[in-house]
Amino acid sequence: MAPYGTRPLAAGSTLKMAAYGALASHGCCACALYGVRRERHPPVRAGVTKMEVGGMRAPPPPFWAGGPAPGGLYSTPCPGAAGRGPEPQAGGGEPRTRTQNPMVTGTSVLGVKFDGGVIIAADMLGSYGSLARFRNISRIMKVNDNTVLGASGDYADFQYLKQVIDQMVIDEELLGDGHSYSPKAIHSWLTRAMYSRRSKMNPLWNTVVIGGFYNGESFLGYVDMLGVAYEDPTLATGYGAYLAQPLMREVLEKKPILTKDEARDLVERCMKILYYRDARSFNRYELAIVTEKGVEVEGPLTLETNWDIAHLIRGFE
Amino acid sequence: MAALAVIAAGPERRFPEWTERALSTGTTIMAVEFAGGVVIGADSRTTTGSYVANRVTDKLTPIHERIFCCRSGSAADTQAVADAVAYQLGFHSIELDEPPLVHTAASLFRETCYRYREDLTAGIIVAGWDRRKGGQVYSVPMGGLMVRQPFSVGGSGSTYIYGFVDASYKAGMNQEECLRFTANALALAMDRDGSSGGVIRLAAITEQGVERQVILGNQLPRFSAA
Repeated sequence: MAPYGTRPLAAGSTLKMAAYGALASHGCCACALYGVRRERHPPVRAGVTKMEVGGMRAPPPPFWAGGPAPGGLYSTPCPGAAGRGPEPQAGGGEPRTRTQNPMVTGTSVLGVKFDGGVIIAADMLGSYGSLARFRNISRIMKVNDNTVLGASGDYADFQYLKQVIDQMVIDEELLGDGHSYSPKAIHSWLTRAMYSRRSKMNPLWNTVVIGGFYNGESFLGYVDMLGVAYEDPTLATGYGAYLAQPLMREVLEKKPILTKDEARDLVERCMKILYYRDARSFNRYELAIVTEKGVEVEGPLTLETNWDIAHLIRGFE
Repeated sequence: MAALAVIAAGPERRFPEWTERALSTGTTIMAVEFAGGVVIGADSRTTTGSYVANRVTDKLTPIHERIFCCRSGSAADTQAVADAVAYQLGFHSIELDEPPLVHTAASLFRETCYRYREDLTAGIIVAGWDRRKGGQVYSVPMGGLMVRQPFSVGGSGSTYIYGFVDASYKAGMNQEECLRFTANALALAMDRDGSSGGVIRLAAITEQGVERQVILGNQLPRFSAA
């Protein structure tokens, strides 16, 4: 039997009980009760810590079994860490590097082409579940003078994307060859990037709308976190796909080429309906308009809402 | 292996996911007692998940002439319970041949909400005026307990305004002050809670009767921009 100090405590037993068990056999109840080891008692068994009589005392036995000395750092043995040593408890090992749960999210982004450019709209809300947590954030970024990008989904991933794209644009400036990324090029690159991340099971949890005007042509493209990508004269992400897209398509069916004002009216009408019907939306939004003159980001804008029907309703039947 | 491939593609759904989501009055409701009666208020949003099924809902439901209830939780559950209680209370009032007590109405809610506590998702505030004790507010939250309070907030949006109501409430407010207090609190909650929104429906219940009003979405009290 190991000396009592190093024998692992039985589950639920207290130190005193363990001491009792260890010491009881030498027949001194008092000693066992008070957990006292007295030098005058003969050692219980061979192998018990020997006490030097007189002179220097042996170091006190550890307070408990299987743990650190008081004041020492505690590292749990980690399964699978054999040979590597215990990992630090607080850090939990390597950082987990997969976005599988969006945290702060943005809702719909809308995009419409018109004669001479495109419009992109997105509200300025970052939701934390159902909490309208950040009510003044921009979900639209200007890539360069002929491209804008709006993102829904995880805001942290959007900020990362913004960082990467901004750097790409700077690097291209530095080449000094007079070329800048076209909207189609950005769309193409983003498609590959998002698809590559999804193939590593670590997606950027966003649905992105890219709008631009280049070489006399409007461009409007969509990429989502799976790498699904396409172009269309009207685009919408999130709830917009269900509520706004049908409206936008209906208008364009009647009149395929819109003027800037018509496109703006359409987008604002759709944003209003989204504000009424999407419980994760907010009445503050931004508009980005790209034409051959460049990029104009307007905002924060507020919608005029109509609640007259509230007067028509009383009770629930 | 075909069977494995089907499983790997994800669970097959016979019906879209939203059909399985309860229609909820994720909500903010509130009631405040004052000397001559009570003020009650609620937002007007009913959601299925994050779709706003009704943006002009009336969550202030009359149970008797001077007794109302504010409903939060499942729309179906609260409508069913309110209907049942209104019937029982009407019957009881006829037997008594006098207007019922607010306490009785609250008790009836409590009986149902407690008995069926495992099956219901209903957070209810009962408020009204009677001759014996004047204005009273009784809270019957989930679980089915009943407690009288000088004021009460409920629903998913209420969590965001506990600090505000605790700091702003003063005993001895009059009807006008109570209405303003309620409107401000609801507006704050509606601005933060995604499941609350729309218009503010208010009602003041006194010996004289019930005065209802609506504060439309574009006329809500405004606070800080960010």
